[in-house]
Amino acid sequence: MFAAENGLRGDPRLQAISEAIRVVPHFPKPGIMFQDITTLLLDPKAFKDTVDIFVDRYRDMGISVVAGVEARGFMFGPSIALAIGAKFVPLRKPRKLPGEVISEAYVLEYGTDCLEMHVGAVQPGERSLIIDDLVATGGTLSAAIRLLERVGAEVVECACVVGLPEAKGQRRLNGTPLYILVEPREIENCY
Amino acid sequence: MSACRDEDPRIHGIKTKIRVVPNFPKPGIMFQDITTLLLDPKAFKDTIDLFVERYKGKNISVVAGVEARGFIFGPPIALAIGAKFVPLRKPRKLPGQVISEEYILEYGRDCLEMHVGAVEPGERALVVDDLIATGGTLCAAMNLLECVGAEVVECACLIELPELKGRGRLKGKPLYVLVEYQ
Repeated sequence: MFAAENGLRGDPRLQAISEAIRVVPHFPKPGIMFQDITTLLLDPKAFKDTVDIFVDRYRDMGISVVAGVEARGFMFGPSIALAIGAKFVPLRKPRKLPGEVISEAYVLEYGTDCLEMHVGAVQPGERSLIIDDLVATGGTLSAAIRLLERVGAEVVECACVVGLPEAKGQRRLNGTPLYILVEPREIENCY
Repeated sequence: MSACRDEDPRIHGIKTKIRVVPNFPKPGIMFQDITTLLLDPKAFKDTIDLFVERYKGKNISVVAGVEARGFIFGPPIALAIGAKFVPLRKPRKLPGQVISEEYILEYGRDCLEMHVGAVEPGERALVVDDLIATGGTLCAAMNLLECVGAEVVECACLIELPELKGRGRLKGKPLYVLVEYQ
């Protein structure tokens, strides 16, 4: 669900956030219109507004875990965690986390990839939020949800700054609510 | 400069939350795992607060964070001091036009990249990473910023491994750390 449909319609902060995101055509390969959030991070006000919108939504939901997907989820997750008093748990590519981990594979366009979480980082019954910069097919977020549910946590919601067209209309991922701030400004046919 | 020498009461709590994992990623390395610090909201907040207290009001407009653990600490600091956050990334991750800086590893080389146009000449910058070992990565980060005409005010890390003498590889720029691991 998009923020504009969920209480923030007409919020001027959303327009500024959307406009601060740069579209890079044909990255990483032809046909992909890459949503570059690094330009949002260059705008202190828009970056702060992004974090504030998430914090306002999640601060009273009893969330004790913010899990961020490597690497761009690391840019947003910790600030949200700090503001709501939750712990931050990085979900990482294989062999990056030094301790004992659990792994969850997920499907890419060609082949598979894997997401890992430290054993013991999250306790059964904890209420959690998963954060990434962007959602496309939802494959990565679905793997993240499975990791948290495997250790007995409840995933309250998945939150992303940008939702690609593939995600549009998806209010839930495998039953978990999805909250997205903005959609891409340009949805052009590149073919 | 080390905060531990100043004996700020928050430092002890931070140090005890860092987990040492022996023989990772290879035998002989005592890996400093900061993920356990992130599991303690108070200790994590204290970590950020210590940096923010040092850098607020110093006219720093850029916080550059080294991928990937620098992405965890850099943005909260940037937000609190009103600076922009600039990620310094491994090759081919940043989508736009980049400048690159190569640096030497124990075996071989690696490369750090920054987006062209992210930093303007004359901007005052901070470089943030979780740990300084030999200083090679931080030196590459500093070079990227200076290449575009920014002034590196200081490098800031949670942890220093003093035996590896990274502090002396920062081209004369100061280093601020919260804890040392001997």
